[in-house]
Order: sequence, then structure tokens, then C-alpha cells
Amino acid sequence: MSAASASDATPWRPSATREALVARAGMLAAIRAFFAGRGVLEVETPIASRAAVSDLGIDSLSTRWAGPGHPGGLPLYLQTSPEYAMKRLLAAGSGPIYQVCKVFRDGERGPRHHPEFSLLEWYRPGWGHRALMAEVADLVRALLDAPGLAAEEISYRDLFHDRLGLDPWHTDTETLRRVAAGQGIGGAQWLALDLDGWLDLLLSHCLEAGLGLGRMTFVYDYPPSQAALARVRPGPQPAGERFELYLEGMELANGFHELTDEAEQRRRFALDLGRRAATARATPPLDQAFLAALGAGMPAASGVALGLDRLLMVKTGAGHIDGVLAFPVERA
Amino acid sequence: MAFYSTSEFRGGMKIMLDGDPYAIIENVFVKPGKGQAFNRVKVRNLKTGRVVERTFKSGDTAEAADVHDTQMQYLYNDGEQWHFMDPASFEQLTADANAVGEAAKWIKEEDLCNVTLYNGAPLSVEPPNFVTLTIVETDPGLKGDTSGGGGKPATLETGAVVRVPLFVQNGEVIKVDTRIGEYVGRVGK
Repeated sequence: MSAASASDATPWRPSATREALVARAGMLAAIRAFFAGRGVLEVETPIASRAAVSDLGIDSLSTRWAGPGHPGGLPLYLQTSPEYAMKRLLAAGSGPIYQVCKVFRDGERGPRHHPEFSLLEWYRPGWGHRALMAEVADLVRALLDAPGLAAEEISYRDLFHDRLGLDPWHTDTETLRRVAAGQGIGGAQWLALDLDGWLDLLLSHCLEAGLGLGRMTFVYDYPPSQAALARVRPGPQPAGERFELYLEGMELANGFHELTDEAEQRRRFALDLGRRAATARATPPLDQAFLAALGAGMPAASGVALGLDRLLMVKTGAGHIDGVLAFPVERA
Repeated sequence: MAFYSTSEFRGGMKIMLDGDPYAIIENVFVKPGKGQAFNRVKVRNLKTGRVVERTFKSGDTAEAADVHDTQMQYLYNDGEQWHFMDPASFEQLTADANAVGEAAKWIKEEDLCNVTLYNGAPLSVEPPNFVTLTIVETDPGLKGDTSGGGGKPATLETGAVVRVPLFVQNGEVIKVDTRIGEYVGRVGK
């Protein structure tokens, strides 16, 4: 007999318990029942696309397709979210739609991050972001089988004002650096960050762990610079109509009252690409079909993406995302 | 100079921060869904032993510290410096009290120690996990102080004081676990 067989040397077993696999299957069934009951159509869109996201905080994985017309191989980008394709369906008159799919992010790995993860994304034509927040709360209660789970809402501005005594709309990087150092973030004096980077640092290091303890906490109305694909509500203090859901100190969902203005969308894409080029980052091809759909007219809508692996972590009590994945990347 | 980026950081790696060498204990990736990614890194200052947390922007780099461990034989103390020799190359190095630290009370001539070198100079010295030392002073009586768990203090040839069982006598050689500073047993003559 050999001293050690391949099955000893190579970890082949799942990192999730059978209980976690059962919870995942149950969650998928409950999602489909929830949306069937509300007349929302399940759809599928391509995982691999010729265009990619320009968002500065997100990098795509890519592959190549050698097919008719592309003997040398056409780069295809693995979706980081099904957002552009689903908005094309909305523009084509799909009505309310949802999708459960795998999405991919380059460079991400940690206790709450995995390069591929499961996303539930859905869109509600005619709804504002606050109305969609209420539906997200209903869905989470249904999926966690916790009908009494309370929900609270706090604006991004109030959150920073109440917990850190600062106004994100009227501050500067040196003030934020001082606050970060005062909060005990090691190395704050050395970090080179822009204003949003500092706000992300404070949110992720000082605020997130205390959000959503024993209830759902929705943070809404973000600084316009963090609007991403949300519309910006004009006024004396313009706000990106965006929200995030936190539960048990963990970010679970991100939603927008969607931007439908093609010209503004083009402007934001160009801004992203300019900043990517300035920092020698990849500048992927933009989704022209998405821009064309906006140009043709996408109905006003709100949409949200919810991380199913993290919701499963809450449901099963797993402290690490590997606890709910059959095979994490290290043994994929 | 070598640099490591945050995605290369892993436990045990030695990096320079604020002019001091540090060992990485833990590296955790933190990122808002839309926004800046960070690495929260727990590090130990190799000069002071203090453990602190340091946040990096993901993709940032830190200079590699020229730190490595080597087994060296302790030769003698000249009153100020401790002299060590590489048993393979016979190269000799001296370490000051700051580098030798607590190890001073456990090591005796010819003991093999783990010496951590920083830029070629001893940064810290770890005694062997177990040392054998002669007792130079202990109360001969069997009626020791019972408050400390039934043992009695014994001073060893290196100056260290450990608690030993009441039956252990002056002049005996004992084995000590230096990691916890405790008596393990008597060593047969």
C-alpha cells in the first residue's frame, strides 16, 4: 500500500456542512415562492459578456471565447452583477423581474468575500428606493423564517453624524484622517485615500460591526459621489438614492432608485474610465447595449442585489463564508 | 529592496513599518460592496513584542524586513555582551541585553538558541524550550511554603528562580520548560 493516497493529500470534501447545503436549497425554494406570489418574473442573463463594469471598486475576471468570427479569441468578462442585462430587459418591457445567479469579483477573498458568489437581484418598475427597502425587509423575514424581525432606517448622513459626529457632505480628507486616527485605526496617518475612501474606511472599520444587531438596519441616501448607478435627488443637499441593508454587523444588500438618464450614465462611465486610466487600472469595454437601452427609454425603477451566501451565514450562524460554500476557491 | 503587496501578506512574513521590523500575524480582507478595499493586518513589533493592528489600502505594499531566524550556540557572557557562534560556519556574533532579554536567565554555555537576526545583527534570542540547570540554592527542609502549591523556590546556576518539589535538593540538576518557566523533573546523574 502507498503511504498516503491522493484522497489524503488533496482536500476534496466540502467546507459547508450538510445542514448548510440544506439551508441553501431551502433558501432558493423560498425565494422562488416569494416572487411567484408577487408576480415577479424569474429571468436569466449572460454570465459572460463582451462588456464589463467600470466601477472603481470592482474588478472583473475574464475569459476568452474562440468562435465564428473570433478565431483569435474574443475577451469575455464574467459578470460582477447582472445589472446591465436586467435593465435591458426592463427597457424592453419585461415588467418586474428577478434573477438568482453567480457573480465574480477579481481580487476579493476574506471571511466575507469569495471570488464567486450567489446574488439575488430584482427590479421593481415604478417603485422608489424606500418602497423597495420595505420589500427587501419582507423577503429577509421570509427567508430567515423570522416574521417578527424588526427593521430600522437611518440615512447615511445621520449615521455618520450620530456615531462619529461628522457630516459626510461637509468634510475633508484631513478631518476624516483625524477621526480615523482618533477611532484607533492603525496606520491612518499613512493611508492615501480620497474622500470616499476615508468614508469607506470609517464605515467598514468603525460602524459596520454595530449595524443590524438583532434587527435589519437600512442605510439610505448616499453622497452623490457614491451614487454608482443610482439617480441623484437634486436639492440643497443632493443625495444618491441608494440604500444598503446590514444585518448582524454585515452588509447584505445594495439597492438603487435607478439612474435612467443615458447622458448622465455616459458621463459617470467616462469619469470612472478616466480615473481608472489615471491609476493604470484596466479600462474594460463599456456596455454599449446597456447605454442604447437607456437611450431607448428604461422605465423608472428601483433595483437591489442581495448576497445570498452572507444571508446564509446569518441563517446558519457561520462565521466564515466558507461555512456556506460547498467548495471555496482554494479547493475549487 | 523587496516589497510585498497586501495580497501576498501572510502569517509569519516580516515587513518594515515606521522603521521597525514586524511579523505579520493575521491579514483580513475588508471591503464595502461598492467601495475601497482594505486589509486589516495584525502585526507584532519584533523589537518590543507589542501586537498592533494596521490597516492598508488593498494593493499597497510594505518593504520586506531583512529578518531571519538561525540556530546559534551560546558561548559566554563577557559582562556586557552575550557571544554566540554559528555551529556550521563558526562565525561569531554578540548580542546585547536588550536582544537577549528573558533568555539570559535560562541559557548556559553551549546551549543552542534560536537567534533572530535583523540586518545581520541579533534582534532577539529564544532559549531552548527545555534546559537542564543545576540548583545552587534552595531550602534544605522538606517543610516548604505551602501557599505556592506545595513547592519551594530554587535558585539555578543562571540566576533564574523556579518552584521545585520539596524533595529536590541543592546541587541537583533539573529540567525546566523555559516557555512557562516551570520545573519539569530531575535529571539523572
